[in-house]
Amino acid sequence: MTAPERRHLETDVLVIGAGGAGMYAAIAAARRGARVLLVDRSLVGRSGATVMAQMTVAVALGHAGPDDPEAHLADTLAAGRGLCDATLAEILCCEAPARILEMDDWGVGWARDGDRLRQAMAPGHATARCVYVDFLSTGPAVSRTLRTRLHRHDAIRRVSDLRVTDLVTHDGRAIGAVARHLPTGDSVSIAAKATVIATGGLTRLYRRNSASANMGGDGYALALRAGAELVDMEFVQFFPIGHLAPRLIGMDPIMWDPFRYKLGGRLTNSEGREVTELYGVAEDGKYVATRDVATYAILKEVAAGRGSPHGGAYLSLEHVPDAELRAAFGPVIDRLAANGIDLTRMPVEVSPIAHYHMGGIAVDAEMQSGVEGLYAAGEAIGGPSGANRLSGNAITEALVFGERAGRFAADRAAAAALDWNQAAAELPMTRLVGNGAKGTGAANPAALIAELQGLMDRDVGALRGGDGLGRGLDRIRELRAELPSLRPAANGAFDPALADWFDLDDMTLVAEAVATAALAREESLGAHQREDYPLTDAAAPTRLRLRLADGGLELAREAA
Amino acid sequence: MSAPGASVARLRIRRQAPGEASRVDEFEVPFEAGLSLLDGLLWVRQNRDASLAIRYSCINANACKECVLRLDGKVVYACTARLREGPMTVEPLAGKRLIRDLVTDIVPPGEQL
Repeated sequence: MTAPERRHLETDVLVIGAGGAGMYAAIAAARRGARVLLVDRSLVGRSGATVMAQMTVAVALGHAGPDDPEAHLADTLAAGRGLCDATLAEILCCEAPARILEMDDWGVGWARDGDRLRQAMAPGHATARCVYVDFLSTGPAVSRTLRTRLHRHDAIRRVSDLRVTDLVTHDGRAIGAVARHLPTGDSVSIAAKATVIATGGLTRLYRRNSASANMGGDGYALALRAGAELVDMEFVQFFPIGHLAPRLIGMDPIMWDPFRYKLGGRLTNSEGREVTELYGVAEDGKYVATRDVATYAILKEVAAGRGSPHGGAYLSLEHVPDAELRAAFGPVIDRLAANGIDLTRMPVEVSPIAHYHMGGIAVDAEMQSGVEGLYAAGEAIGGPSGANRLSGNAITEALVFGERAGRFAADRAAAAALDWNQAAAELPMTRLVGNGAKGTGAANPAALIAELQGLMDRDVGALRGGDGLGRGLDRIRELRAELPSLRPAANGAFDPALADWFDLDDMTLVAEAVATAALAREESLGAHQREDYPLTDAAAPTRLRLRLADGGLELAREAA
Repeated sequence: MSAPGASVARLRIRRQAPGEASRVDEFEVPFEAGLSLLDGLLWVRQNRDASLAIRYSCINANACKECVLRLDGKVVYACTARLREGPMTVEPLAGKRLIRDLVTDIVPPGEQL
């Protein structure tokens, strides 16, 4: 076996994460004249959340009827239950048309009628506002378009399989990062004039989730350790109708979303009653309840003993004629048949699964965090969605905030000199190479990740209470404290146990951030539902911010 | 271990670490209908041997194409191949440079370090 090497790279703008936000950031920085290093822990443009998005992208184009960004903003703020960062939400809605039309120029293939893009209705929107490529593969089309576009810029260097383990800061400024090259086990340091975190969210903290396995909250942990603040970490969005039973293979668990967009369907409890209607939103076979409301309704019905056999709700399309099902979803109907499912004869069982994170890195309007030179974009930031994201806004924010982060990072890089400092990289490099860690070999890090996921599902899920949160927090902290002694000895090329250990180190820190904020917010609001505090606090909305101080999380409150 | 007579998939996995000889490890994985080969491989990592190297990202959506490998000689995606009762031979892709166990070098030329 060859000994691991150390390598050093230099760039103007380092972009960490090559999903929708990261790829757009790279393109925006390059066309502003910057040299860009775009890295991903998996494959560039193939991992993360964007590639898995199925359908809708919200944008006030007014192609399907009167609409404007102010109306989109009003719906976004209402869905966010008064907690949105109004500046970021306004930027999102106002810049969305430019990004969606730029993607159109780049040939993404939005569904259209002549000059006008088709726009579909989605829950929480006052009008038909969501563009799409088709009902099942909008995300792959967006990813493919951006991936192709990257190739036009010689100034963008792409590197796959590079796992950034820490940022490097000096005098309060971000000056680069250190990373492990997974296929070789080599250590890499990267000097950068500006850094963009575009690592997506934290869905992997939960056992049942709808995103890629590499979304374990890395970016939040990187930001915390670099001295940046996180905001709104208690607000995890659960997708209400994640597939539960019968077991399926080769199907995305959020596959029922497009079915509901197109065909409605009925979401019922064990007594055949529409569950959202029991909690104040009559759907009447349509798809109108927002995600926080539908998630709450399903979980409360299950808790009351009126759930489906596997602990969810029934989704029924039995009233939709076979011909109509086939016309809408032909190939999917065949795949369902291969799994023994005939939608004309049986309902399926669905229940909430972790889908998206509203919280994240606190940034200003230029997408810069509290650490100079450190920017963030897409799901990695907190603020624009407040307590609950409006459906359709996720890809929009990847594109809008990705473009801004890349642009402002490039402008900073143009005005700054490379100021790499080897001494400042010492501590991050020591954590990366492990300083001769032998590990006990007694613990299986993959099993510990599974334990953490189970804990998050149970104690820090969509319905939480003070007792469970306290218990969960104790175990998370215990696990975090044990981790240094459980580090496996480095084992060279593509070492899965060591990769799990780094993930677990980040995941436990981020899990602690979610649980700490969830315990501190003693009210129910949007995606944060406390069984012991079922009402929304009547006082002015408060925002919770977290930072790392001496290894512990420090919580601060501010008026929203 | 599984109870006698319990339904199991027997995964015979071709493994090789850099600088070591190739070998086959066999793992019994509890079988349930509706599990994928990837589910089985993840079960092995969590319950038997965390050092088994596989790569995957999207888990089940056939979006990332990372979990490509050979099952009984045929090229499949582990996330869409069904776990079965009885023996299953799992090997890395033949035409790509082996990195470790089931992981081969599938990174496009323009994205290498």
